[in-house]
Amino acid sequence: MADAGDVLPARTQVRSIAWTRRRQAAARVWAEYRRSRMGMVGLVILVLFVVTAVLSPVLVDPGQLDVTKATGLPMSAPSAEFPLGTDESGRSVLALTLVGSRVSILVGFLATIMSVVIGSAFGIAAGHFGGWSESVLMRVTDWFLVIPFLPLAIVLATILGPSLLNIAFVIGITSWPGTARLIRAQTLAVKSRPYIERARALGAGNWHQITRHILPNVFPLIFANTVLIVAVAILSETTLAFLGLGDPLQVSWGSMLDSAFSTGAASIGAWWYLLPPGIAIVLIVLAFTMCGQALEAVLNPRLRERQ
Amino acid sequence: MATAASRSFSLTVGHRRLGGKLVGALLSLAFVLVFNFFLFRVRPGDPAKNLTRNRLVPAEQVQVLRESFGLGKPLPQQFATYVRDTLRGDLGISYKFRRPVSEVIAQRIWPTVLLLGVSTMLSTVIGLWIGIRGAWRRGSVFDRVSLGSALALYAMPEFWLGILLLIAFGVGVGPFPGPFPTGGLSSPDTELASLAGILDVARHLFLPCLTLTLAYLAEYALVMRSSLLDEMGQDYLVTARAKGLRDALVLRRHAVPNALLPTATLVFLNLGFIVSGAITIETVYSWPGLGLLSYEALRTPDYPLLQGVFLLFSAGVIVANLFADMLYSLLDPRVRSG
Repeated sequence: MADAGDVLPARTQVRSIAWTRRRQAAARVWAEYRRSRMGMVGLVILVLFVVTAVLSPVLVDPGQLDVTKATGLPMSAPSAEFPLGTDESGRSVLALTLVGSRVSILVGFLATIMSVVIGSAFGIAAGHFGGWSESVLMRVTDWFLVIPFLPLAIVLATILGPSLLNIAFVIGITSWPGTARLIRAQTLAVKSRPYIERARALGAGNWHQITRHILPNVFPLIFANTVLIVAVAILSETTLAFLGLGDPLQVSWGSMLDSAFSTGAASIGAWWYLLPPGIAIVLIVLAFTMCGQALEAVLNPRLRERQ
Repeated sequence: MATAASRSFSLTVGHRRLGGKLVGALLSLAFVLVFNFFLFRVRPGDPAKNLTRNRLVPAEQVQVLRESFGLGKPLPQQFATYVRDTLRGDLGISYKFRRPVSEVIAQRIWPTVLLLGVSTMLSTVIGLWIGIRGAWRRGSVFDRVSLGSALALYAMPEFWLGILLLIAFGVGVGPFPGPFPTGGLSSPDTELASLAGILDVARHLFLPCLTLTLAYLAEYALVMRSSLLDEMGQDYLVTARAKGLRDALVLRRHAVPNALLPTATLVFLNLGFIVSGAITIETVYSWPGLGLLSYEALRTPDYPLLQGVFLLFSAGVIVANLFADMLYSLLDPRVRSG
């Protein structure tokens, strides 16, 4: 009994030491990240977009999005009342662009979470266990890597039907193999370090080794990779929505471009309908790429050596 | 003797590696078949009814159709029939065109090959050139401008770029009409086999090809730049320079060949991405290839056609990747012996 009482505080102490160390490491990363101008510019743009997406229900009156209550003339050029003109049903393009940020960002994040979870699980399991399970896991990864993304996504989306969650699922399930490969390589590097052998010698099981030693060590790389994947996921959502596979009840930047193109905005030169969603996409994708690259420069050991 | 032995050893290892790649590619192809089979069985609806939708067809004839699809039979038997038919090139009948899928696809294959071939070649050459120039003069005006525009192009949905170019150079801005046609493969009344016909196709090809080239070259430039930067710190370059080689020679004979390898892998790994670009850009420019065909199939939706196009795209990319692996081990001795 007395024994258990002694062990318990010791264990919590070890844990708090580990967390202090992680907090310090995070602070160091942030200090280094802050020095990257590219990373900070990207971060500011991102914060602006996320704030817009969160506030869009307040900024835009839902009545403005209702086709039956639209007040403007169809496809009219920018005016005082509609700063960015109107769409084919007379709705304000500005309002649509603001609201569209929600679906694009939401689908981007959902798909990324899925992609990163699958990719990390595959990568860590393959790297840690080795042997035939590694061969099988990497075979599956290679298959997903070699199959062209868009045709696969189209087939899946057509069969599952158009909805926000389905689109996120389709993007998530098709975009993880790159992560899996990256994480597997890093897991192999971590696995060969002596302290893992020490943990194993002390009787640590697979679960303990993975959660306590491998995961904390590959986490920085997973994080940097995640930010880059959001950019890809948002672009993919746009492409699928442009092809008409998005949720028909929700406005996203991709679905705006789809309706603009299919109602002939290009032939009548309705630039006010085509430019805003496109520029929004370019800005947010660029912002995620900038943040991701700045983070990678700080967190990826291979890239750090180059500077 | 020793060298001969080690050489034959490395050759057998090379064969084994290639054998493994071949088995891998075959497995991938088999996977695509299984995936295709099950995925399209999952969807609701009766293929025979779908095919005869909106037409008066006697019930017996629908039954005959159902049997020809093998729908009443047990699943393993259906699968066997499906694999046999696929290997024979029988991909079913398109709902939309009411003709065999393989026939519809065969008609649309060449425009895509032309578009993708030209734009891949152009984007690789221009992208590599930009990447090399940027890395070699790192931090110069050229480097900063090209890096910035490559990042912006990389962040752009390629179909949006296509629409913008279509407005600027096809439809025209304001009173200025665009110099290029807005879509299609050729003007309706030209003879394709004549010189005028070829020029007409080239004029139609220009805008979609420009869009795809811009969309792809960004990534090649970025990767080439970073892989050349990786090489630039290496000792052998210092040696080459110490020998008194001119700058251009150090670049061309020593740095670039080594930096090219990772980029070459990327070009082939990217084939899947290139196919994706074809789907949206062919849609924007109504270029009558496989990409536009996929779009038409998914808007209907025409499942047998969609299945056929997916099969063809996947098989094409798998085979091209296998080819790339073989080429790669020819190019790089380290891969051959490792």
